[in-house]
Amino acid sequence: MNKNNEAYITGIGQSEIGKNLLRHPLLLTVDAVKEALDEAGLSIAQIDGVSTYPGRVPQMLGFSPIGADELIDALGIKATWYAGGGEISSQLGAVVAAVGAIRTGQARHVICYRTVYEAAALARPEEYPMQRRDRVEGSAQWTAPFNALSPATWFAQYAMRHVKKYRLTREQLAQIALTDRANALLNPRALVREPLTMDEYLSSRMVAEPLCLLDCDRYTDASTVLIVSAGEALDEVKCTPIRIAAMAGSVDRHSWDQAEWMASYATGRDLWKRTDYKPADVDTAQLYDGFSFLALTWLEALGFCDVGEGGRFIEGGKRIALDGELPLNTFGGQIAGGRLHGFGFAHEAVVQLRGLGGERQIKGNPKVAVATSGGGPLATALLLARD
Amino acid sequence: MRPLPRLDSINRDFWTGGEQGELRIMCCNDCGTFFHPPRPVCRHCLSDHVATKAVSGTGVVDTFTINHQKWHPKMEVPFVIARVELDDAPGVYLTTNIVGCEVSEVDIGDRVQVTFEKQDDIFLPLFVKTA
Ligand SMILES: [Zn+2]
Repeated sequence: MNKNNEAYITGIGQSEIGKNLLRHPLLLTVDAVKEALDEAGLSIAQIDGVSTYPGRVPQMLGFSPIGADELIDALGIKATWYAGGGEISSQLGAVVAAVGAIRTGQARHVICYRTVYEAAALARPEEYPMQRRDRVEGSAQWTAPFNALSPATWFAQYAMRHVKKYRLTREQLAQIALTDRANALLNPRALVREPLTMDEYLSSRMVAEPLCLLDCDRYTDASTVLIVSAGEALDEVKCTPIRIAAMAGSVDRHSWDQAEWMASYATGRDLWKRTDYKPADVDTAQLYDGFSFLALTWLEALGFCDVGEGGRFIEGGKRIALDGELPLNTFGGQIAGGRLHGFGFAHEAVVQLRGLGGERQIKGNPKVAVATSGGGPLATALLLARD
Repeated sequence: MRPLPRLDSINRDFWTGGEQGELRIMCCNDCGTFFHPPRPVCRHCLSDHVATKAVSGTGVVDTFTINHQKWHPKMEVPFVIARVELDDAPGVYLTTNIVGCEVSEVDIGDRVQVTFEKQDDIFLPLFVKTA
């Protein structure tokens, strides 16, 4: 491996994570940018690229209030390459795009970011109005007329197949939320820092069977930044670089109901085709859990267990606990860490690989981590390594 | 009240076929493949020689959920959201509601038949269980 041909995550940053924050979303983004620059020892003048998902979404500003255009102009970045859009293989697709730019010499240090302001927007609709149309169009027309109005109802149907076909139980699925909440207790920045018991989980009200309220993440206000740097520029960086060893983002059909199976499965399979690492080499898994069931399918998709075995793999919770054989979502995932929308998983993978997890740091000098976003119908997986 | 689709030249047949009692799915005149959502090109052979065709409206519940959450205050819950695979159009799935039975009576593999619910100018293809 010639490191000059590789791309690395260098500085990482995170704003305050909260609900109904008053701080402007651009300033949350700047907070995260500054933390990432400080860690890397870089100045804004050294940043020559920006990449984000999904770009500014004017009709749903809470979902994505700050686009690449605005950030570049607001911070005076002289960009030789940038991208920001939603038609990409889910949130961490923004990192995949940045790696492509770096490997082709179009940029040396790229700020990748995701800013969410959904809780604040919901609380202050006069400032962040949702634009509603009289009629739905595009892909929404195939679900909304049947009152399938939330991704919860779409993922619940995949989860129901696991219940019926593979005998997934609520007690098994509960381990994702229980693990998240236990880990979040050790993360000072986590959104939800209260313990959770199995009894509380089982008595939580149903949203869409088999998913209950505690299987879902919650609207959050926060910004997360990952700086992706060229191997040849690492001498400018003071933090431990984390190599992006492999990437995948395979999609069969970008559709909530026409895809035979979730995109995580093809993505997980394809990730291992692009590396000599094996699932057994992974020291920690940071797997998208906007709904708990997604993390379970990622475990199967990435080959940590067979398809259909996810429920039994996490049963009892020991295997995925902080001191287990495959620590999962050590920052609390999205369910307890906050709905950072994909970027939180890569952020935490880097924290753990650098040994900077503090109270939640996993033991044993971790060197390889996997981080994912989405799961279906869009999915992205990153394999990260500390050399 | 359900959110309704905006009609255009491509989706109109699907959303209004119920007026004649027909479930109309896009089909390729060259290779015979059914596909959905409707588009002016066949996703199997790329032919633009395509048109909607009425199918029998029978199918099977591929998967489902029982929705308990009121996504808006006036929503009546619980109800079943299901993904139905159509007998005559292999590989085509419709998100829909299973109506006319208790929510607890729906299961994967159930045989179902289309029924249309009219709202304004739209005929929503819902499904009922068949014996
Ligand atoms: Zn054809």
